[in-house]
Amino acid sequence: MITREDVEHISWLASIKIADEEKDELVEHFNSILEYFHQLEEVDTEGVEPTYRVVDLANIFREDVAYESLSQDQALKNAPRTENGYFKSPRIV
Amino acid sequence: MLSKLKAKLLAESCEEYLCRLFEGIGKSSLNAFTTLAKESALDEARQFDKNPGQGLLAGVPIAIKECISTKGIETNCSSRILRGYIPPYDAHVIERLKAEGAIIMGKTNMDEFAMGTSTETSCFGPTKNPWDQSSVPGGSSGGSAAVVAGGEAPCSLGSDTGGSVRCPASFCGIVGLKPTYGLVSRYGLVAYANSLEQIGPLTHTVEDTALLMEVISGHDRRDSTSAEGERHSYLPGLKDGICGLKIGIPREYFGEGVNRDVEKAVWEGIHTLESLGASWQEVSLPHTRYALAAYYVIAMSEASSNLARFDGLRYGSRQGGDMDWHTTFSAIRAKGFGPEVKRRIMLGTYALSAGYYGRYYLKALKVRTLIKEDFLRAFKDVDILASPTMPIPAFKIGERINDPLSLYMADVFTVPINLAGVPAISVPCGFAGHLPIGLQLIGPHFCEAAVLKAAQAFEAATAFHEAKPEVI
Amino acid sequence: MEDVIIGLEIHVQLNRLQSKMFCGCSTAYHDSLPNSHTCPVCLGLPGSLPVINRKAVEYGIKVGLALNCNIEGETLFYRKNYYYPDLPKGFQISQYDYPLATQGHIMILGDDGAERNIRINRAHMEEDPGRLVHAGTIDKAKYTMVDYNRCGMPLLEVVTEPDLTSPKEARVFLDKLKSILDYLDVFDGTQEGSMRIDANISLKGGDRSEVKNITGFKGVEKALSYEITRQKNMQRRNIKVVQETRHFDELRNITVSIRSKVGAHDYRYFPECDLAVMRIASWVPAIRAALPELPDVKRERFVKQYGLADDHAKSLTSEIKLANFYEAVAARAAPKLAAVWIADVLKGELNYRDLSIESFKEEHMAEIVQMLEKSTISEDGAVQIIRNLLDKKGGTPREIVLALGLCKAEDDAVQKAVKEAVAESAAAVADYKAGSERALNFIVGLVMKKTRGKADASEVHRLVKEEVEKV
Repeated sequence: MITREDVEHISWLASIKIADEEKDELVEHFNSILEYFHQLEEVDTEGVEPTYRVVDLANIFREDVAYESLSQDQALKNAPRTENGYFKSPRIV
Repeated sequence: MLSKLKAKLLAESCEEYLCRLFEGIGKSSLNAFTTLAKESALDEARQFDKNPGQGLLAGVPIAIKECISTKGIETNCSSRILRGYIPPYDAHVIERLKAEGAIIMGKTNMDEFAMGTSTETSCFGPTKNPWDQSSVPGGSSGGSAAVVAGGEAPCSLGSDTGGSVRCPASFCGIVGLKPTYGLVSRYGLVAYANSLEQIGPLTHTVEDTALLMEVISGHDRRDSTSAEGERHSYLPGLKDGICGLKIGIPREYFGEGVNRDVEKAVWEGIHTLESLGASWQEVSLPHTRYALAAYYVIAMSEASSNLARFDGLRYGSRQGGDMDWHTTFSAIRAKGFGPEVKRRIMLGTYALSAGYYGRYYLKALKVRTLIKEDFLRAFKDVDILASPTMPIPAFKIGERINDPLSLYMADVFTVPINLAGVPAISVPCGFAGHLPIGLQLIGPHFCEAAVLKAAQAFEAATAFHEAKPEVI
Repeated sequence: MEDVIIGLEIHVQLNRLQSKMFCGCSTAYHDSLPNSHTCPVCLGLPGSLPVINRKAVEYGIKVGLALNCNIEGETLFYRKNYYYPDLPKGFQISQYDYPLATQGHIMILGDDGAERNIRINRAHMEEDPGRLVHAGTIDKAKYTMVDYNRCGMPLLEVVTEPDLTSPKEARVFLDKLKSILDYLDVFDGTQEGSMRIDANISLKGGDRSEVKNITGFKGVEKALSYEITRQKNMQRRNIKVVQETRHFDELRNITVSIRSKVGAHDYRYFPECDLAVMRIASWVPAIRAALPELPDVKRERFVKQYGLADDHAKSLTSEIKLANFYEAVAARAAPKLAAVWIADVLKGELNYRDLSIESFKEEHMAEIVQMLEKSTISEDGAVQIIRNLLDKKGGTPREIVLALGLCKAEDDAVQKAVKEAVAESAAAVADYKAGSERALNFIVGLVMKKTRGKADASEVHRLVKEEVEKV
């Protein structure tokens, strides 16, 4: 069972702020969905390999050749805040 | 359809045709287009009128789902967090379309980040079903299906992570194909669940879908999951008929939970195929009942990582003052994502977190293996499988949106196909009242040609694809 | 320094590559405007996809083999999920299970002068994050500026076992690693920030602290020394050392704690399914066969083949270019003499001028050693020639000898000058006999004057003393 504390921790990990009044509803939704997921436990997967990639490809590479980059203008064009050619981020600490 | 359109465009004026389309869109109440690229489209139309060129899609207007990157045209996944984002590059499929002379009309509405079955989670509000404006068009490519069904565009591209092309095709009475994983490059497709999704066409006819597949499929070095080898051709042999075709009917895809009208129409469809020279037999895909849970665990886990990049720093919307970066980004993401997207990101985060990885993500991937093996086993005995695309016809707007689980359940026959990575098409096969029903034909990996051929034979023998909604 | 346990994680930019790890942006971003070396892939634009640089994997295997690691037959990339402004996708493509190389080791010279085996836990590939520029210091800045030029640079992370026992040993290990990377031609250490080190350190019985993101080997030594003192002081005062992450403040030479939240390290690793697995077992034999002779082997060979002293051999093999330079010279001139002059003199002159060995011509060095061998020039003369050449005054060694008149005087000319000088300096001779050693200097000076400085001063001193004793 997921608790309010779990939801708070997940919210921190997922970097999505959750208001206090949303928490109870999320707990309820999460638990009903997770309960549905738990039916997976009925399946015997002993010795079954997981499928990460549905088509098995190996050794897909590119050669070490440089191409033209975006210009600084193009790179920054979509950024809401920039300064002197940099993206402007909130402070770290 | 498109071949007739191409002839018409050559004989008349592409510009005028396009103007009429835009005029219709202007009056439309479907809420299916989100962004129109009117100016560039009309420019290209005028160029076509001067010099039509040789491209497979020369002069053909096409609508593009919001999650496919278009250089210079906003690409926002119908999400507030990406509003205003204008990609500096074209997706691989867009490059291909342009190279063949197609004209990009604009972008179509979708469930936010393709997370939904109804196009109701869009930040632009729901798109309406052209057959009944109080019903959903299906999702997540609801806009792409509605513009085609509603006559606003002759064809479109959608993306299919768990049924997002086939579901709206079924609900809107048109053709929609989910190609084999790896057949169409995902370069430029904004990822929701990257191990599951493919871009696919939505059209009026099977032949049009085959034509679009000729254009968009094939190897792309920028997508490491792109299948290597020769480019396929789907038009030659398309109309060869299906004499001797062996069709499997997965017993788990019928019965409980399937609307009666749907089941009846699908069986009639199977009998039509039989009358065309195919035979059918029952087969079993025993792990079907676990597919939904496995699908949602995998999709949410991948989504939690794929959507981590949206923080308003490099693109998208960023409002309000700054605190420290984590507080700021958390607030931006809380505001920018809708409730369903947040739910999926958070559940996916949980499923991957320390102590739960084995119980959820890894377990789901093992079940995925069993589901894929179900299909491989079935395809030893039969050439293709036939089933309903959706267990129900389109439901009412607002009917299910507050009950996430009931919405997820609607994907029960589409998600196993994405888990297995095989191709599947939805073709119109009847009506429940005035709402269309889709027949799903599923083939083995990279056997699009067989699926298209069967769909073509079915379409040629029926008139469902000719029915048009009365859109005001 | 007993009972100190140190393990290192070294992030090496494979900056000899032309393009980044997963995209075609150039690796030569150092002198560029911020954010002018990015593309949809390394900027993490929606819809972009990574593709693995084949050569980066080959370089990784090269390093793995040189560190005596096992190369995994099948290796793959994972996503390491965490948020930070320098990480444009919200995850870093890295490796986790099945890293490229595991369980290696290299030998270093320990503090006690004995050879020590340092085990390598693993070496894995990943992409470099962007660079943060703080407006002021990290803890006081109102905002932070981000430059993604570095983002996506191919990194190899080498992780040691906690086998190092002192800051000095850590330094020796790093020098050795750098020298190996230099031999493999995968790494250019002259570029800023091209090698960054995280150091784990604990005192026996205590918890460890991790000092993150130290640049420079001196920095590692200083940060570790500081940590030892800090942890010892805490033990002395019976304060428990807690496991934590610390930041090395290069200006103040101290480490400071970085507040980290509970659960901050839940990276939610899972395989990156946008990338295919790499089956590389078949690559290994060819890469192994093409590995160059590595520093240790070369050093032993130099000792054997050229009869060098071990410290000369070590010095000459620290960099591949220097070793190659030496061998080219040794092929034309006396190898032992060449070793002394290159290791002891030339290297010092180069360091003093902050120049690399490429600034000196092999044939010039060979010529100088030949002249020394034949005593055509004095040692002082040889130094003068080297300095002249380095200071770009032009010419060849022989031309410089002629121009400056550095040709050493003939022996009999010196003998003659000594005899004359002693005969002319009766007073000085008397002083010497009376016990003044210094009186000889006067006579030596006279000889030098007579030979116009071409004689070897120490040799003259010996001859003068001999001559005076005879009187």
